[in-house]
Amino acid sequence: MISGLLPELEVIRKDFPILERTLAGGLPLVYLDSANTSQKPQVVIDTMVDHLERHNANIARAMHQLGAEATEAFETARDKVAAFIGAPERDEVIFTKNASEGLNLVANTLSFPGEHQLGPGDEVVITEMEHHSNIVPWQLVTQRTGATLRWFGVTDEGRLDLDRIDELINERTKVVSLTWVSNMLGTINPIAEIARKAHAVGAIVVVDASQAAPQLPIDLAAMPVEERPDLLVFTGHKVVGPTGIGVLWGSRAVLDTLPPFLGGGEMIETVRMEGSTFAGIPHKFEAGTPPIAEAVGLGAAVEYLGHIGLDAIHTHERAITGYALQGLATVPGLTVLGPLDPAERGGAISFELDGVHPHDVAQVLDSRGVAVRAGHHCAKPAHARFGVQSSTRMSSYLYTTPDEIDALVEALNYTRSYFKLG
Amino acid sequence: MSAAQDLDALYQEIILDHYKNPHGKGLREPAAAQRSADVHHVNPTCGDEITLRVHVEGEPGSERVADVSYDAVGCSISQASASVLHELLVGKTIDEAMNVHGEFLALMQGKGTVEPDEEVLEDGIAFAGVAKFPARVKCALLSWMAWKDATVQARG
Repeated sequence: MISGLLPELEVIRKDFPILERTLAGGLPLVYLDSANTSQKPQVVIDTMVDHLERHNANIARAMHQLGAEATEAFETARDKVAAFIGAPERDEVIFTKNASEGLNLVANTLSFPGEHQLGPGDEVVITEMEHHSNIVPWQLVTQRTGATLRWFGVTDEGRLDLDRIDELINERTKVVSLTWVSNMLGTINPIAEIARKAHAVGAIVVVDASQAAPQLPIDLAAMPVEERPDLLVFTGHKVVGPTGIGVLWGSRAVLDTLPPFLGGGEMIETVRMEGSTFAGIPHKFEAGTPPIAEAVGLGAAVEYLGHIGLDAIHTHERAITGYALQGLATVPGLTVLGPLDPAERGGAISFELDGVHPHDVAQVLDSRGVAVRAGHHCAKPAHARFGVQSSTRMSSYLYTTPDEIDALVEALNYTRSYFKLG
Repeated sequence: MSAAQDLDALYQEIILDHYKNPHGKGLREPAAAQRSADVHHVNPTCGDEITLRVHVEGEPGSERVADVSYDAVGCSISQASASVLHELLVGKTIDEAMNVHGEFLALMQGKGTVEPDEEVLEDGIAFAGVAKFPARVKCALLSWMAWKDATVQARG
């Protein structure tokens, strides 16, 4: 028996209807692609259906009963998200389309005229292990503003190389933007240490929590202010919520100084033909009709995770990850990319199988009902760092069982025999 | 068809043989009498890449594919496809080669409904099974699209 698994794992699995379906040939589904997108519990599906069936209206502008109900549902979802990440203030939670939009909002508004506007001589620091969504917006913005983009390298063990931290984070640094948990290497980064350094030089700290929010307890209000990110993004669909909804949390102090990103309905205070004034947060950054049912679904999702408890989910993930690392080590010719200690990593494990390309690995696994991701996982620089073009990635979540890890290992051995390796 | 049978249809022995022993792999310098063009194509969704050089010789109107040399990284399907391309197209006139290209393209875009002509496609018929896997069609076509692009450029 593996210690640390969620005690009512079979009950939890029943919350996720998709886990009961079978694939071609009647094979059971072994879903190990949760870092890509998580599956949805019945309560999220039901909440969204109920909203659309009974409460649908536009929010904050409809003066009728349905409008009030929809607004109430949407704003309650904001409260739930605020509770999920321990936001110091609920109005600091901004709904976006996804994490990418959150990062683009931040990068772009930092290029607009204002207190924090980037310019020549300023430096933005990211890392080599970022998802493309935390690389490309900064490339675009530094190119446009004349600021310089710099980055932390990654060690052979898959950790951030902090040897040059004092040189990288200096008085020219205006923004440090990094991932909390790597989507490829699984590495958990020392956010507090880096935030402390960045704040000491007056830089803004942006954290991509897309992989952290699903599996690590986050309590922003409890973090010492010098270690707390100024801005943090994550996406709904990786925390058992729907697609089409993401979250940008930012401290009021920073959000109030950032100019608007998208202009339009609901983000204004008043509009005259000569010019406009803008609403306060969160509405300043929520132009247009938002994804209402999706926000409501996300509220149900984070409430569901909260009921199970992020500490328990994190312990479960660590137990499954440890079991998976052991199992993968038994497969001849398999090399894991990233830290090998489950205490230092999240539940995404990328690996190479000598002699079989990741797409072929994924294809053979799929024929056995095992769903993984193959490719560059939108982290091409991180792959290049390890001299590989792509990798195969398994990623677990709160519904993953040790039996599913066994099925993965068995299917990997089958893959080797299918491609006639030793 | 079961998942296992589908898999065998995808990974025909011919494909695995070409993958393990690719024909014509490596970039070669064009001979003095040859014109050449290089292209670099990528499959952005999966990251497969190929640098492909077409070597053309002969008078305009009767040019031949003297060689196709390439460096590529990618899955078995994309690598085997480049190998089969080399085997099929080198030595043909460009018109003949374009015809083979058209047949291969039709097969790959046929969603598994096109009956391949072995006279024309030879080992290329092994890719008929790939056409049933929409996610893998791009893998099979990577080198073929690169070849066409390079050939148009080499012809000038």
